[in-house]
This record gives sequence, structure tokens and C-alpha cells, in this order.
Amino acid sequence: MSLAARHLEANGIPTVLFGCARDIVEHCAVPRFVFSDFPLGNPTGKPYDLDMQRAVLSLGLDLLVSASAPGTTVVTPYEWSADHSWKDKVFSKAQPFLDPEATKTWLERKETYRALKGTGTL
Amino acid sequence: MSEETVSHVRYIDKTRAYYQAEGYGKSYEWAHFEDIPFTPFASVGRALSQCRVGVVTTSEIARRDAEAGSDDPRRLVYSLPTDLPVDQLYSKKASYDRYATSLDDVDSYLPLTHLHSFIAEGRIGAVAPRFQVIYSEYSQRKTLTVDAPEILKQMREDRVDVAVLAAV
Repeated sequence: MSLAARHLEANGIPTVLFGCARDIVEHCAVPRFVFSDFPLGNPTGKPYDLDMQRAVLSLGLDLLVSASAPGTTVVTPYEWSADHSWKDKVFSKAQPFLDPEATKTWLERKETYRALKGTGTL
Repeated sequence: MSEETVSHVRYIDKTRAYYQAEGYGKSYEWAHFEDIPFTPFASVGRALSQCRVGVVTTSEIARRDAEAGSDDPRRLVYSLPTDLPVDQLYSKKASYDRYATSLDDVDSYLPLTHLHSFIAEGRIGAVAPRFQVIYSEYSQRKTLTVDAPEILKQMREDRVDVAVLAAV
């Protein structure tokens, strides 16, 4: 997604990217980034918290207009929970990131992609 | 409390360790650039209240009323209308923190309802007639040479002024 933001921006469309993986987005380097320190899944606010979602989107629109230099990150002022233990559990043996079925699909897709690439279809 | 709990998650380090432990060998090289492209908002030449906003999501979203077909093996960018009520949409994405949260509320990762509210309130001018869905790809080459140009093409067709991208 960061690569897409960069491409749009390089071709004259100002962008703002919402995300929860700060290190990955900033490693790639995007023009404008709204970071929520949340689990992967809800870059535009907590589920069913309409006020928060509206405020997060609003921050992004403000950033679109106000950013005067590339690489600007705005951190939303929200905490996922008082308990931060979810951060320790991410990508741990106790909590496999993908369930077995999704892992199987992921591996099959990789093979399909290799095959398509090999035939020049992609 | 570990050091990690007082700051954001280091996904690059975490995924490297995780997949090496799973036996996947060579670590993924995350995209990295020193330069950052930048189009100042002023170059758009109109106020945000006059701008048409494009929207991109990685949520692999689908319509509830559509027949479940087989997934496109090429995993190309596709688009859906932005005027669909969010309760007619659902995410098929498997890669998110399924232990800590859910993708049940579309507006928490694809803010269509709130964009429409902002139109009604005059904060933005319009939203593009369709939003784009891009897959999170292993291949940066595909994202750069196939997917991103397709999104740009569709946004130009839709006369998009500014773009909002939300990464699940």
C-alpha cells in the first residue's frame, strides 16, 4: 500500500495513508501517514466507535492539506486498551498470525503467482 | 512490562523472527526508499471542500449480494462503488490481528460512511464513484508495475484530486 501511495503522489495526486504498522510504512517512506497504535486491522478507528473513526479520518484530511514536507507522520491520540499485552503476542508461537486454512491458501497463492510469473502472465 | 509494550510493535523484526522460526529461510526485504515523492496540496488548485477524494483499501472487500466466485489468481486491483452501504460489504482478508480485533465494522478500515458525512457537511467535495482494492503482495515488482499504475489510471479516469489509502 505504501508503494501505491508513493506512485500516486509521484504522479500528482496528494495522498494520506492510514495504518497500524508504523515501522513498515516509515521504512518504505510515504508522503503523509496517520498512525494508530492499534492491532493490525483498524487503521481508521476502533470498530463501532463512530466518533473515533470520524476523528481519525478528520486528522488525515487535515494532514492532506497542511503537510508542507514529505514523510510527515501524525499519531492518533488513542490507545487500543490500557493493557498493552496484545503487542507482545503479535507474531508469536502462541498466536500464529494466519490460521491453518489461511496459511494453506497463502502458500498455494505463492505457487500460483510463481507459475503466472514464469509464463509471463504477470 | 517489556520494552515493546511502551512503544509501537516492530513488525519488521517480529515477522523476520517469526518466519525464520517457521523455517522459511531468507527474510523478506521490506520496501525501503530514502527519497519521498511529494505533491503539495496547494498544487491541486482548489479547496478541500471542492476536492474529489479517491479511496484505496487492502481489505479484500466483497459485496454480500454477489455470488461467491473463485478468487482471481492474478490478484489484480479491482473496484467497487463507493455508494454501497457498508452493511452490504465484508472483508475476506485473513491477515490481520484476529486475536485482538475484528474486521466486522467496515468503517474501521474503509471509511465510506464518514466520507459521505463529510460531503454532506461540506468538508470535502465528493468521493470518487468507485474505490480500489489492492492486495498486499509479496512481490514489490507487481505492486509497482501492475497494481499502482492501475489505481492511478482509474483515479485519473474518475478525476480524483486527493487520495485516502487505508492499510489493514
